[in-house]
Amino acid sequence: MSAFARFATVLLAALFATTLVAAMFNLGAPTVDLPGAVAAQLTHSGVAHPVAAVLLNFRGYDTLLEVAVLLLALLGILGVSHDDGVTTPTPPGEPVLQALARMAVPFMILTAGYLLWVGAHRPGGAFQAGVVLAAAVVLLNLARVLPAWTRPGLLLRLGWVSGFLIFLAVAAALISQGHLLQYPPAWAGALILLIEVGLTISIGLIMSGLFLLLTERQTSP
Amino acid sequence: MTLAFDLLLALTLLWSAWRTLASPDLSRAVVMFIVFGLLMTLAWARLGAADIALAEAAIGAGLTGALLLDALGALKSGAPSKEAP
Repeated sequence: MSAFARFATVLLAALFATTLVAAMFNLGAPTVDLPGAVAAQLTHSGVAHPVAAVLLNFRGYDTLLEVAVLLLALLGILGVSHDDGVTTPTPPGEPVLQALARMAVPFMILTAGYLLWVGAHRPGGAFQAGVVLAAAVVLLNLARVLPAWTRPGLLLRLGWVSGFLIFLAVAAALISQGHLLQYPPAWAGALILLIEVGLTISIGLIMSGLFLLLTERQTSP
Repeated sequence: MTLAFDLLLALTLLWSAWRTLASPDLSRAVVMFIVFGLLMTLAWARLGAADIALAEAAIGAGLTGALLLDALGALKSGAPSKEAP
């Protein structure tokens, strides 16, 4: 790149950044008081934490589609990670690392359960819990306790889709009420917990699938 | 004191983002990306968004960092066996 082009790029980028900052400072007051609206409806949502109420009740449709997108990403990876039949035996992992992984994983599962349960009234929730689960699986794989998923079985496939299917089933069961994903207030807490449990397992398996389906089948010395 | 911390955090964020993009050494860039994720977690926590901070720590710094490190290892150990006859 010539010096002039570089100078012009930097100048344009700086101009753009200045415009953005100026626009941010000139934002008008919001016309709708969304936090107030959420707080007013919080008692009917089945959960006590505003973020969880928005994610799973008021805007449950968005979360449903998010999980669908995650599932699609996994399907794409499944498409490219074909089993070439090469199964070179992996060398045994470090004993210290394996012992550490075996000790850490129960606590990670416990943390995931805590995050899932506490998501109803504090920061936490299914996504965070699922990712902690996925981190546990990845840790086991890195310590060579768990081999890479070369041939995903039926149970694993069911786990991948379970969260989305449970969410979809709840949505389908409630559609007779006229609105998509409008839970009856008496059942909202239980339904949200059911959906979140399914989501946690699914997200954990999908996120670890992103790693364990793509990781090297054979390890270099 | 709080303002000084916030300013320091913002500067470190920008610096680590720049190092991530500009570093010629890929493994250093990946480590700087993880550092950026952890600093971003702090920034979200400072903004009072604990939910996003949790997600950023777990996904941004943890899982993405592990994925990038794994990809780096695969790149360094040469082409995978699929290319070989």
